[in-house]
Amino acid sequence: MHAMLEISTLHYLVLGAALFLLGVIGVLTRRNVVIVLMSIELILNAVNLNLVAFSRYWQSIHGPSALHGQVFAIFVITDAAAEAAVGLGILIAFFRNKETVNVDEVNLLKW
Amino acid sequence: MNLPPVTGNPPVATPYFFYGLAAIMVIGGILVITRKNAVHSALALITTLLAQAALYLMLYAPFVAGVQIILYAGGIMVLFLFVIMLISIERAEKERQFNKQWLVGIAAAGALGGLFIAVYTTVTRTGSGQASTIFPSVGRDWYVEGQNTQGIASLLFDQHSGTYMFAFEIASLLLLVAIIGAVVMAKKRI
Amino acid sequence: MHDFVQYVESYLGSDKTPGAAGNIFWATVYVLLVFVGLSIAVIAMNWLERKILAHMQVRLGPMRVGPHGLLQPIADALKLLLKEDIIPDGADKVVFWVAPFIVVLAAFTVFVVVPFGPTHAITDMNIGILFMLGVSSLSVLGIVTAGWASNSHYPLIGALRSSAQMVSYEVAMGLAVVSAILMTSLGSKDGTLSMIEIVQRQQEQGVWFLFKFFPLGIIAFAIFAVAMVAETNRAPFDLPEAESELTAGFHTEYSGFRWSLFFLAEYSAMIAVSSIAVTLWLGGWLRPFPNLLHGATWDLAFSFIPGLTFLFLGVICFYNTARMPKHPLFKIQTIGLAAFGAVLALIGVVMFIPVVRDRVGDIFWFSAKVAGFMYLYIWYRGTFPRYRFDQLMKVGWKVLLPTGLALLICTALWAMRSEVWAGVIVPVWLGFADLLRRIF
Repeated sequence: MHAMLEISTLHYLVLGAALFLLGVIGVLTRRNVVIVLMSIELILNAVNLNLVAFSRYWQSIHGPSALHGQVFAIFVITDAAAEAAVGLGILIAFFRNKETVNVDEVNLLKW
Repeated sequence: MNLPPVTGNPPVATPYFFYGLAAIMVIGGILVITRKNAVHSALALITTLLAQAALYLMLYAPFVAGVQIILYAGGIMVLFLFVIMLISIERAEKERQFNKQWLVGIAAAGALGGLFIAVYTTVTRTGSGQASTIFPSVGRDWYVEGQNTQGIASLLFDQHSGTYMFAFEIASLLLLVAIIGAVVMAKKRI
Repeated sequence: MHDFVQYVESYLGSDKTPGAAGNIFWATVYVLLVFVGLSIAVIAMNWLERKILAHMQVRLGPMRVGPHGLLQPIADALKLLLKEDIIPDGADKVVFWVAPFIVVLAAFTVFVVVPFGPTHAITDMNIGILFMLGVSSLSVLGIVTAGWASNSHYPLIGALRSSAQMVSYEVAMGLAVVSAILMTSLGSKDGTLSMIEIVQRQQEQGVWFLFKFFPLGIIAFAIFAVAMVAETNRAPFDLPEAESELTAGFHTEYSGFRWSLFFLAEYSAMIAVSSIAVTLWLGGWLRPFPNLLHGATWDLAFSFIPGLTFLFLGVICFYNTARMPKHPLFKIQTIGLAAFGAVLALIGVVMFIPVVRDRVGDIFWFSAKVAGFMYLYIWYRGTFPRYRFDQLMKVGWKVLLPTGLALLICTALWAMRSEVWAGVIVPVWLGFADLLRRIF
């Protein structure tokens, strides 16, 4: 019980893992492309949470200016923005052609 | 090693805030992947992102929290909402929501979850002194938030100690490429 | 009881905000105070807007409900609460219900970092200004979902236009804010995003950032002043919610209590962006002329001004009481106005007590400056014709953005003590931007 009350890095890692799993389930099981993209954002957020939690651990060892994890997290957020923009652009282009938002109807190359 | 003395004030009511925010995030995540209506999913994702920003504040990372609110919740999710509104989703709500391989998907996620559980229990079991030094106890902990932005700025931009300047420039180039790519993708006539 | 008084005294002498001191009790008290103060400010704004607009248009405004319409906001609030709650037929009920709360959340959470004094903020985050800009950009989400959830044409178009406008002017706002932040980094100190430290830097550098690096401070302030009016969807940028154009835009289908939430959020957002402008350029809680007229006697003289202001307001109330018609039907109103004047005069007298006088100065100056901005908002509404939407977007992207970029570069160069380059680049850049504007 005392371990549950004192929040350690492990708590954040477990939370990140839970979010990651939810995102993976979303990507693998949903048909709607927009929801798949949102699940990818969930995955990236879980990774960010891990990075920032470890940056806090690193700070406790190497001093208050060891903020490498946080800088990495900022870069991940930037990447997520770029990827979301391009992904949604592709979605719009595809929707204009085929009028559907389901991933399993993207099967033009299937034989 | 010599740790400098503690500065600042210890946090208050940490477990309550952590478990509350964690519950909000997990419930938001479950709502994202199970809602029929994409707008409901987007709103649940916004809730998750804002709760995550609060968690970043608890981790003494205020700049990342600010970036998360501005970029993720205030930028990317607005983009998602616009695209959802452009695409008519009334028809999509009435179709089948989960694809045919959903069992395989859940099995794969379960395997991944098993891997996570194995790793985390191994970490906390072996190296019995190890777990207690992850977030040392309150007496030795760091509460430095007052110089967070300045620290990140010195890592990114400083002349002598900035190790991420090149990555920063590459990121800006990446954003430029993404802007051009998105515009080209979404145009009717190139 | 004595312990409690001692506790209050010991806290009031501290040098940290409650958030920085980790003090939940005082933080909660401050939150409640800010909430109450904001509600009173919104009510007062409602009355002031109608009266000032009316006087600008040579008419009287509300006069019936209380003495000189002073109870009109309360009547409006009662009416809105008692109205029938209509939800359109095809509207998505969950999203329709949630949208006003997102906007109110975004508008109210901003006040966590607003500095009413050196320790009179709920907390002093390291990223104060970034937090304010970010959270106020969350209201775009609320507006978009409100327009979409109404399942009707006018709200959807209004919501899309409003969000496009807000997003465009956020860019210009950000550039102006960054150039002000650059000015905090002078004097071989690190720059800072913290709201309280920004005002303290202005105090150390001896000049409000409005007058710094003349004319760059003023241009930055001008850009921000225009962008903040567009950001809050107020005249002359209020096409998305104008009654004659779009039948009230994104909040067309909202009635009663939900509409009052949007209304509350709009006025709170106005006060929030005015607070940003006051903190960044107008010296926050500092009294006017902190360095030109310095010294203990001038401090004393300026510390009398809050009390004198409230006494003056009380005197105006008494004067209007004397001018009320001497008709038996007006007896209650006359008594009411006299009582209101007495309350204001009493507050003024309380502000002369030395214990109160030292403490209330910061909050008074901050509130007075924000009140000045509110008057400017109402003045703009009464004076300027409305921008058409394409003109609006043109101003945001083609005028404010290049000027903001030029301003940023010049401020950066001047901060690095290269005034010569600043003097060269300004005309070159602005000329180039003007050329682009003419071509496109």
